[in-house]
Amino acid sequence: MSEMRRIAVTVNGRHHDADVDVRLTLADFLRHQLNLTGTHVGCEHGVCGACTILIDGRSARSCLMLAVQTDGRAITTVEGIAPGPGQMHPLQEAFRENHGLQCGFCTPGMLTTLIEFLRDNPDPTEDDVRIAISGNLCRCTGYQGIVAAVLDAAKRMKAERAA
Amino acid sequence: MKPPPFSYHDPRTVADAVGLLATLENAKVLAGGQSLMPMLNMRFVLPDHVIDLNRIDGLSYIRDSGDSLDIGAMTRQREIEFSDVVRVRCPLMREAILNVGHRQTRNRGTLGGSLCHLDPSAELVLVAAAMDAVVTIAGRSGERAVAFADFPQAYMTPAVGQDELLTNVQFPLWPAGHGHAFIEFARRHGDFAIASAAALLHEDSSGRIAKASIAVGGVGAAPVRVTEIERAVIGQRASADLFRDACEACRRIDAMEDVHASSSYRQHLAAVLSRRALETAHGRVLKGTSR
Amino acid sequence: MTVLGNRVLRLEDEDLLRGKGRFVDDIHLPGMLHAAFVRSPFGHAAIRGIDKTAALSHPGVHAVLTRDDLLPYLKNERIVVGLPSPAYRQNRDRPALAGDEVVHVGEPVAVVIATSRYIAEDAAALVEVDYDPLPTIADPRAALIAGAPLAHRDAPHNLLAEFDMGYGDIEAAFSTPGAHVFRESFWQHRGGGHSIECRGDVAAYDAMDDRLTFWSSTQTPHAAMRILADMLGRNEERIRVITPDVGGGFGPKLIFYPEDITVAIAAMIVGYPVKWIEDRREHFVATTQERDQYWNMEIAADGEGRVLGLRGALIHDHGAYTARGVNLPYESAQTVTLPYAIPAYQINVKLALTNKVPVTPVRGAGQPQGAFVMERMLDRVGRELGIDRGEVRRRNLIRADQMPYTKPLKARGGRSVVLDSGDYPKCQEDALARGGWSDFPQRQAAARAEGRHLGIGVANFVKGTGRGPFEAVTVRIGPSGTINVFSGAAAMGQSTKTMLAQVVAEELGNDISNVAVVPGDTGTISMGIGGFNSRQTVMAGSSAHVAAVKVRDKVLAVASHILDVPERDLYIHGNQVMATDAPERAVSLGQIALSVTGTPGFVLPGGVAPGLEATEHVVIDDMAYANGCAVTEVEVDIETGGVKILNFVIAHDCGRVINPMIVDGQIVGAVTHGVGNALYEWMGFDENCQPTTTNLGEYLLITAPEAPHIDIIHHESPSPLNPLGVKGVGECGVVPAAAAIMSAIEDALTPFGVRIAQTPITPQEIVALIAEGRKKKAAP
Repeated sequence: MSEMRRIAVTVNGRHHDADVDVRLTLADFLRHQLNLTGTHVGCEHGVCGACTILIDGRSARSCLMLAVQTDGRAITTVEGIAPGPGQMHPLQEAFRENHGLQCGFCTPGMLTTLIEFLRDNPDPTEDDVRIAISGNLCRCTGYQGIVAAVLDAAKRMKAERAA
Repeated sequence: MKPPPFSYHDPRTVADAVGLLATLENAKVLAGGQSLMPMLNMRFVLPDHVIDLNRIDGLSYIRDSGDSLDIGAMTRQREIEFSDVVRVRCPLMREAILNVGHRQTRNRGTLGGSLCHLDPSAELVLVAAAMDAVVTIAGRSGERAVAFADFPQAYMTPAVGQDELLTNVQFPLWPAGHGHAFIEFARRHGDFAIASAAALLHEDSSGRIAKASIAVGGVGAAPVRVTEIERAVIGQRASADLFRDACEACRRIDAMEDVHASSSYRQHLAAVLSRRALETAHGRVLKGTSR
Repeated sequence: MTVLGNRVLRLEDEDLLRGKGRFVDDIHLPGMLHAAFVRSPFGHAAIRGIDKTAALSHPGVHAVLTRDDLLPYLKNERIVVGLPSPAYRQNRDRPALAGDEVVHVGEPVAVVIATSRYIAEDAAALVEVDYDPLPTIADPRAALIAGAPLAHRDAPHNLLAEFDMGYGDIEAAFSTPGAHVFRESFWQHRGGGHSIECRGDVAAYDAMDDRLTFWSSTQTPHAAMRILADMLGRNEERIRVITPDVGGGFGPKLIFYPEDITVAIAAMIVGYPVKWIEDRREHFVATTQERDQYWNMEIAADGEGRVLGLRGALIHDHGAYTARGVNLPYESAQTVTLPYAIPAYQINVKLALTNKVPVTPVRGAGQPQGAFVMERMLDRVGRELGIDRGEVRRRNLIRADQMPYTKPLKARGGRSVVLDSGDYPKCQEDALARGGWSDFPQRQAAARAEGRHLGIGVANFVKGTGRGPFEAVTVRIGPSGTINVFSGAAAMGQSTKTMLAQVVAEELGNDISNVAVVPGDTGTISMGIGGFNSRQTVMAGSSAHVAAVKVRDKVLAVASHILDVPERDLYIHGNQVMATDAPERAVSLGQIALSVTGTPGFVLPGGVAPGLEATEHVVIDDMAYANGCAVTEVEVDIETGGVKILNFVIAHDCGRVINPMIVDGQIVGAVTHGVGNALYEWMGFDENCQPTTTNLGEYLLITAPEAPHIDIIHHESPSPLNPLGVKGVGECGVVPAAAAIMSAIEDALTPFGVRIAQTPITPQEIVALIAEGRKKKAAP
């Protein structure tokens, strides 16, 4: 009954060969077939942004992609952001120090969105940051802690590059 | 909210895609997915076949031919946003695209997908109307060109047959020094506009308006070129009074009514936004910001 | 060294930031099956029959269950949760699955259990339900008129409950010579919870153990356990409810739902674990929400703007069932006068049944609506009598020297409302100063000269927090030396683990990384009430404190014995107990714990009782009242009706602050929620009770570009009611937000004589009000 396809996809630097149902969304593939449950599902119609991942470095809503579309591509999820097991990315550290998360459900989508944003905009203003996360809903924080975290992260990353 | 079962196809060429469309019943075309996937997840559409266009080469490009821009149907909105060619030669499109959804949706969404979905509030659709774009539609018997004025047939129904595919959109360019403005009113940043206005003005050396294009979106089922305003301003010198009086014509546009906005409010917004767009466009002519 | 009051970084964060949270949908159990519900598409209908044949024969389907399938497992079929009240006129408890009548769109009728959610949805579409549509009733006011369509066909009428509240001589107040009397009618609407994580359950029945384990994204695990036990006729000890990480609660997740009991029974029927994850569309139609209230009020004031009395009536949309009680409008009615010394108050409250999903608290729980009424009416008094809006409030605010202030009102359990502490006028003064109130008229005039319309608004609030009677906390140290904390408190993002860790660490070593907190697992602590009403810092914090002190006393007693040092010369640092003068004389918490686990045949050290643990249920029946004042400045685009918030100041007093970083986060989050309620969120239904806003594109949650920057001024008036002096904070910021914003919008539009008696308000409505105001001015 299910139509299946074989895909070869790299996720967080690791290669996977997988058989997927053609209607399986990328979000469900990551969460339930690869057991990478960090990417969250909040609306399944492309508004909340909790499911945001990076595909070939570009942010995208994984609830609006089919797993089959990722054949031959490279995906980064929240689990792939930290540089190593004992370490955190400056963005993650900044979130922690600035109370950029409360329940943590929107956080993975925020982080992947912001990894791309800071790479393309290393020196943003507050307005730039608010627009950058306009496609990510948060019901807990009122966004203020997140904005502070991003501006802090930009400073940290700038300092790291200078060092 | 999971998609219903369907058969999946990912053709590599336009010809293959067209061939599939001609032979498969109840098929939907998947471009950027930002419109189709929500509908699939909500089961508002139940296609037997999904034809994914993302593996087709040669449909993503931005070409400057001198007097027009040709943009391939599968060009991501992101490419348009960051294109120097677009920014310099077609600043209306640049201004419009910054209002289209969010970074994540622009990374995947395509020009062709937006035009074929034909949401009454879609920004790129309004730009196409304002600029008198010409779309190329490919079918089994070859290609045909359709003027954008003839493209919307009904609410969210483009003039693309069941077995046809949009491949190219040509935007005739306005002369250097023209003024442009894209203004929309939405409840939140990135939302579909409740109403929007696109204005293009070309003024001659004596300061009179030689050419004008005013289009409003979100008001009617399809973008409305408000030719009444265009006729009223052509040949005149720009002034606040001219624009205000001319834009009152928007209150006579046949406007949609739904839970989100009444028809009279949409007409009102159209009058306000078209006036503001004209004022901004005119300001840019004087300052030469559209060079 | 102290941890209380410090900006300590959270224990929760590292896992969440790495994507290592464990939310209910992250749970994978062997053989787990998936549920999809079949829901009513009608606001009201009779069910003549259900045909499952096609669905059952769909490959991958294990079961299709309706009410009849559940009945053999149900000792009690109805979810009986209504908080006690003499106000009920009829009983409308929810069933597990609908029987022969459905009363709101989204009501669950059947459930499909299949090998994947995809297949379960395919099969759900094949279940044929024979509906016979019945008349619906949408408007709660119309519902109360004789002859209105009945929300339930067997009901005598649509009045679910009615009560009166008040005090003082209201007649005398309104007939005072020289009294100015003003009337206002308000429409207030608040929408859904819309936590980014929807609801969800995983149920697993172990026949070998006869144990039902139920993971649920819930705010009230112990209540869930008790309800499951009651409905299933089981011993509570054979049911374990576990809260995984919860992606936001905001109120609707405190409720026990038909889906919850159905999923539990489904697991028992199919013999495999069953997972149900709510999707966003279901959240719109099947998760409880707040909705509409209609107020008709009168205020009497003297010539100086001092309020003599307030009276009126409230009609509240209760929805189709009682999913919580009459508490929401009760809180609304009770909140109205809280910050002010109002001599007389009288209100009649009616709750109407409608054919819509039930109404239960969303962050703020009816209190924003009460505050809105008072604040708008004070604006009216100020405007009519020519008194500055800040001044008219100052003349009526309860003063610090009047604390504790007994309001002649009763909380729902019968306790008096006693405002425990706070300096309300000082909060207002500070907020007005920070908000630039006194020189605003000049700024406003200068802006008007440029064609811009700025306005400033103010609103005070007092919020009851720390709902009693208790929250359970166990503090236990084992030989590993880790300080374990178990609690009936439920975490949903408000930093429960860190808060409890700070409270406990303050007594036991000051190192929160040595404290392992497990909230919301009924298998680890037998009693609990849960997270809502901004109660956990007060209730769980108090129990945690008392338990930690008891454990600390024992630790020192045993350490004193082991080290042969007097207790007063010992201190706890990290996981070590040391002698003050000789830090090398130390014993670890783990060693102390080991020493009291008992060695066969040997006496316990120091003659203490075994173990290093304490379980506390500190009882506090009276609420702790937080307070504050919001001042906001807006700009209104009079052509589009668009509103931009330029500035938002809130002076806030939640008693003693445990962690300022977390408190700020709660205030900002709550204020932003309130801003969203005022300007964006509206849950639409048509006249047939069909929801018209059923996705996040149509129902607007505020996003970062619209969210204002919130400027917070902290006050700390400790509460005398609990050992920590704390008050709740989670919901406070919502309470004044809409009132302050409408006050500001009205102020911006004074040239047009606009009056705002509603929340929310849309740009379209603002444009219409301006046009109406212009017409009135042109032809008075």
